[in-house]
Amino acid sequence: MSADTAAAATGQAAAAIRRKPQKRGVIADGSTRRSRTVRYALLLLFLLFVLIPVYVVLITSFKTSADTTAASQWNLPKTWTLDPWRKAWDVLQPYMVRSLSLAIPAAIISSLIGSMNGFVLARWRFPGANIVFAFILFGMFIPYQAIMLPLRTTFTNLDVTRGVPTLILAHCIYGIPICTLIFRNYYATIVPNEIIESARVDGAGLVQTYLRIILPISISGFVVTLIWQFTSVWNDFLFALFLTQQNNGPVTLGLAALAGGQKVDYAASMAGALITSFPTLIVYILLGRWFIGGLMAGALKG
Amino acid sequence: MLLPTVLLLGYFVYGLIAWSFNTSLTDRHTARKGPASYVGFANYGHLFGEDRFLNSLKNLGVLTVAFIVGTLIFGLIWALLLEKGVPGESIFRSIYLFPMAISMIASGVVWGWLLNPSQGEDARGLNRLFEILHLHFLENPWWTAGSRWTTMASIALPAVWQLSGYIMALFLAGFRGIPPELREAARVDGASEFKLYRHVLFPQLSPIALSALIILGHMSLKLFDLIYAITGPNQFRTEVPAVYMWNTLLRSDMAKSAAIAIVLLAVVAVLVIPYIAYTVRQENEE
Repeated sequence: MSADTAAAATGQAAAAIRRKPQKRGVIADGSTRRSRTVRYALLLLFLLFVLIPVYVVLITSFKTSADTTAASQWNLPKTWTLDPWRKAWDVLQPYMVRSLSLAIPAAIISSLIGSMNGFVLARWRFPGANIVFAFILFGMFIPYQAIMLPLRTTFTNLDVTRGVPTLILAHCIYGIPICTLIFRNYYATIVPNEIIESARVDGAGLVQTYLRIILPISISGFVVTLIWQFTSVWNDFLFALFLTQQNNGPVTLGLAALAGGQKVDYAASMAGALITSFPTLIVYILLGRWFIGGLMAGALKG
Repeated sequence: MLLPTVLLLGYFVYGLIAWSFNTSLTDRHTARKGPASYVGFANYGHLFGEDRFLNSLKNLGVLTVAFIVGTLIFGLIWALLLEKGVPGESIFRSIYLFPMAISMIASGVVWGWLLNPSQGEDARGLNRLFEILHLHFLENPWWTAGSRWTTMASIALPAVWQLSGYIMALFLAGFRGIPPELREAARVDGASEFKLYRHVLFPQLSPIALSALIILGHMSLKLFDLIYAITGPNQFRTEVPAVYMWNTLLRSDMAKSAAIAIVLLAVVAVLVIPYIAYTVRQENEE
């Protein structure tokens, strides 16, 4: 089992997680009723643990400013108010629009590129294919600080419009390695060999086969990379901080500004944290089982 | 078909790294354009003779250990609790995993509030919760005082919260990928549950454990957003090279910030290059 088998198999991995063990009788899995109770109690305890921050965000975001004394921090709001939500929304709304117009195209473009690369790498065994693969793979581990300053200069020299276009370009380029990896594993494990064999032609034939045969059967691979890329672009802060400003930056930059500074409005910050998390949470709730597959596939990425 | 990608990455990854490295060898200590002269590795020499940079490296080391150990422990425990299948498994799985979908800036907002250093009468955040639960001995100043270990462990705590579910998902996929016949055979041979895990199941998971280690390691080395959101960028106590690089850039010291970034890259490369080589070689054998 190679290391990126752990990273492999996109939808397959999600399916593997969902697959319940076959025998669950008391004897077959070696556990007794008491050990089950203990296991359940532990699971619930950890659940509570994970949900503490959620409780805090929710209750605080509905509190009036008079209600945020130290003693009442963990209590439910005395009077429920939507003011923090309004305040946060007023600040964040333009950032949300920019983040959407950034994350959607960036996710689509880098998925398309990744799909083409992945197909070539998975099925076209040319000499040096492994070196090319390693060459691409390394790109997803680098700390982006190491390229950030020249990147800024390059974009200025190329006269790329500041703000969303700059970020789309950056995320597409640096999203290529992870999307390539996901699709390479997808094509290597999921797509039947017979279909691919027919694609073993060269030159223009390769492009044609890709468009006619491969693209239509890549849907589930695309779902995974789209979710993965959308989430990482949406949540990115580093590129946003280095390449954009408050007037043209994405939502992480807006939230950092809302929650930073000298006098922090905690209620509005918490509401803002929720507002900015909604799109990824919705994606996660609706497409959660694919998201897990995406996590597996993205196992090599940070 | 691969050529555009190779050219793009050739320039934007390798070319720009070379550019940064080149800058780090000069005396470009301002934002001003114009010729700069080469000073060899002098910038690196200064860095490694500087308390602030050494402090950031030590912080990074402690952070990485605390983060990796914490995340592996929680991830493995959750996977072990879930792997045999319990009623409502998908709910537990989803809730353990969801922090992964949140940006580190958003989680930093909440954890900044939770890790409030006030104690006793005026306790806030988690300390207030400990006060309410009469667990006074747990109250502590988090990252604002105390040793390097307590400081960086406090920073690792939110990161552990975010990524344990991910490690759980990895291990869970690993457990489910083990053929059921292996377990059956071990049980037929009379192996105890402990021995079953120790000698049969865990060895099967070692490739996944290695991946997990590499993923967590390189994430930790690059951690920036969370520290920025919780403590602000200008905290000596919690500064790591990624943050120090940003602070240096704010003072427009191009050469020095490039040198810090290159050191960071070198640290990541030491971790990752053997791993990539290993991965590629293993695939060749298959």
